[in-house]
Amino acid sequence: MISHDLLIVGGGLAGLAAAMSADPKLKVAVISKVHPLRSHSVAAQGGINAALGNHPNGKDDAWEKHAFDTIKGSDYLADQDAAELLCQKAVPLMYELDHWGVPFSRFPGGVIAQRPFGGAGFPRTCYAADRTGQVILHTLYEQAVRRNVTFLDEWLVANLVVGDGKCLGLVAYELGSGKIHPLPAKAVIFATGGYGRVYLRSSNAYINLGGGIGMAYRAGVPLKDMEFVQFHPTTLYGKNILITEGARGEGGYLINNEGRRFMEDYAPKAMELAPRDIVARAIQREIDKGNGFENQYVHLDLRPLGREKIEKRLPAIQEICLRFASLDPVDTPIPIQPAQHYSMGGIDVDKYGASPIEGFYAAGECACVSVHGANRLGGNSLLEAVVFGKIAGEAASAFVKTGSFPDKPQKGVAEEAQRFFSKVKSLRERDTGENVFKLLDKLKLLMSDKVGIFRKGKDLQEALEGVTELKEESKRAFIFGSCDRYCQELVVLTEFDYMLDVAEAIIVAALAREETRGSHYRTDFPVRDDNNWLKHTLLTWTEKGPEITYRPVKVDKYQPQERKY
Amino acid sequence: MNMHSTFRILRFDPKKDKKPYFQEYRHQPKPKDSILEALKDIRNEQDPSLAFRYSCREAVCGSCGMVINGQIDLACRIQVESLQSDLIVVEPLPNLEIQKDLFVDMEPFWAAYREIQPYLQPEGDVPEKGHRVEEKKMEKVFQYITCVLCACCYSSCPVASRDGRYLGPAALAKLFRFISDPRDSRPYAALKKVDSPAGAWGCDTVFRCNVVCPKSVRPADGIEGLRRKLVAEKTKRIFKRKP
Repeated sequence: MISHDLLIVGGGLAGLAAAMSADPKLKVAVISKVHPLRSHSVAAQGGINAALGNHPNGKDDAWEKHAFDTIKGSDYLADQDAAELLCQKAVPLMYELDHWGVPFSRFPGGVIAQRPFGGAGFPRTCYAADRTGQVILHTLYEQAVRRNVTFLDEWLVANLVVGDGKCLGLVAYELGSGKIHPLPAKAVIFATGGYGRVYLRSSNAYINLGGGIGMAYRAGVPLKDMEFVQFHPTTLYGKNILITEGARGEGGYLINNEGRRFMEDYAPKAMELAPRDIVARAIQREIDKGNGFENQYVHLDLRPLGREKIEKRLPAIQEICLRFASLDPVDTPIPIQPAQHYSMGGIDVDKYGASPIEGFYAAGECACVSVHGANRLGGNSLLEAVVFGKIAGEAASAFVKTGSFPDKPQKGVAEEAQRFFSKVKSLRERDTGENVFKLLDKLKLLMSDKVGIFRKGKDLQEALEGVTELKEESKRAFIFGSCDRYCQELVVLTEFDYMLDVAEAIIVAALAREETRGSHYRTDFPVRDDNNWLKHTLLTWTEKGPEITYRPVKVDKYQPQERKY
Repeated sequence: MNMHSTFRILRFDPKKDKKPYFQEYRHQPKPKDSILEALKDIRNEQDPSLAFRYSCREAVCGSCGMVINGQIDLACRIQVESLQSDLIVVEPLPNLEIQKDLFVDMEPFWAAYREIQPYLQPEGDVPEKGHRVEEKKMEKVFQYITCVLCACCYSSCPVASRDGRYLGPAALAKLFRFISDPRDSRPYAALKKVDSPAGAWGCDTVFRCNVVCPKSVRPADGIEGLRRKLVAEKTKRIFKRKP
């Protein structure tokens, strides 16, 4: 059994940033169920926010203004000290990423280019055309190769092992060999990303099942603010592939079937560049009112940009449209609809990435610090992943060097590995039962149907019942055939139980929060209620279901006010 | 369209099977389904043991390179309908060992990638206000950063297929991306590694890589650029020696 000082789970932006900042003298490994370059960070397009003030209209920008926009955008649910930390760190981080090799687009004079994004007072989103996630992920991976970081590619983590409130390590399934490994570690960082594929319509990669969030929850770490699910306003109709907010930042219009820029009815000042929750709701309302096309989508019109700007600033969007919708945005509007995109909520951590379980950390989308509160601004997710990935790497390293550790972590981890092994064995021995892929499809339908952009108590109650049924059905799931190596059925089966817990957490938190805030819109409670609900939801796993507690939001400088855009 | 198609998929588990074999599945793809979506449906509905890599489904993660009716491409970006055939033959990427079904061993590809020192090597510490680089000077770099490292080029390359030492198009183009970057300061010595038949001079200039690249990177341009750079550096050195 190999023991590690620090295991980082996930090879996207947060995981790689953690690996870069971890103390190189420690025994560290990055575990990922896919090769790190296949992580979902690669799909981020529009950019990463930092108040550099490089844009001609952004000279007066400052990190404090970025922090204010983030807090206002969060509908005042962000912890203000954490949001300030994020925005303050953003500026030097851009120069560091530049130095590591990120090929940012540039303004005349050679400085990093910036574009307008939703909910931002100034154009402060740094970008590399519309491939910002791809180039940052590749750059971090390159630098990790330079540092000789150890990678365990195509290993699925199946369990987080905790004993007496301390992290003991992990159990993992190695896809290539089919073996199950106990992996004791002094500290663990989860950077496992979001749960987008709990929904039918999601911009996320197929691999974003959210197992990591569920695993931490099962191991006793609370989940925070799970009711806040971001729906991206503009995903390609049919495939739900992301069409970056940068497309609107560069001057694209949203048009309904009357040919009108309907955002003037919803956010007359910010128009298409209102925050995502507002734009997504506006689009869904237009569709519901019959102002969409085929009752399914509206148009994102990039024709005002012209060919040159589209080809230079949005080449990947053009490629996606040509390839996946057989249209050229230079001369045809893009059919778009909202789809699940991001999870504001996640594993409860503080601004050092530390969870209540000693030695267990989380960063990036799987974590909730919280800097995004009830609604994340575009361009803040890549930023959060790198900033808090780095912080978690440092904090976990410091913990490894100074913390106290359980005597025999190997024993607990080995027992858990044995339990997982037996479970897999029994799944294989069964020769009939439920097909997990079908169960997953049912869950996705249920979540998209009942826990979408507009929510109401009755739907949420039904969703909860649906998940309870699925939990029963999943007990009868089995592995078809004799699949041991590269068994993706086992991957999905392992994650599916966690997904059910995650879905339940989203629903229970959404049902309890009887107000409307940010992305959480209750048609039966359509106003924000600061007197009762300016607080974080915390869910703890118990045998009987989630146990809810609340924690006050850290408000220091900015008193909540009405959000107007 | 929209009739049942036959998917003839190469299956192989080197731990169990003596040799690869084709297995046929009847499947009716939904309109506009990609090959990847069809494969997933076949796996989910008919045969969960069928193994293939996937992630983003939008041609940006580089997971799902394979051979589809004889053409190397990413399965997610090929529409079933576009093949205009009711027989669809799917095979793993060539030039790489099969691990299981459509999973191939990518290690030789990654080893070549690591070999060229695939990271920016800037001088000194982070500049206080960042590097100043005119966009124009980055244009050469921009051509190569769309590469998703899917290994389609490596698999199509006749040189890589006959000579395991050859670094292949993606790695060489990646090196050219870095030496073209005004922020990079790697010494000439770092280029010497590719001044060999296993490096820049190995290319047969048949440009298969340019043709198959799903991201239009044109890796062979990078190889040609490396050659020019090597020659220019050598010439410079000759004249330096004899002033």
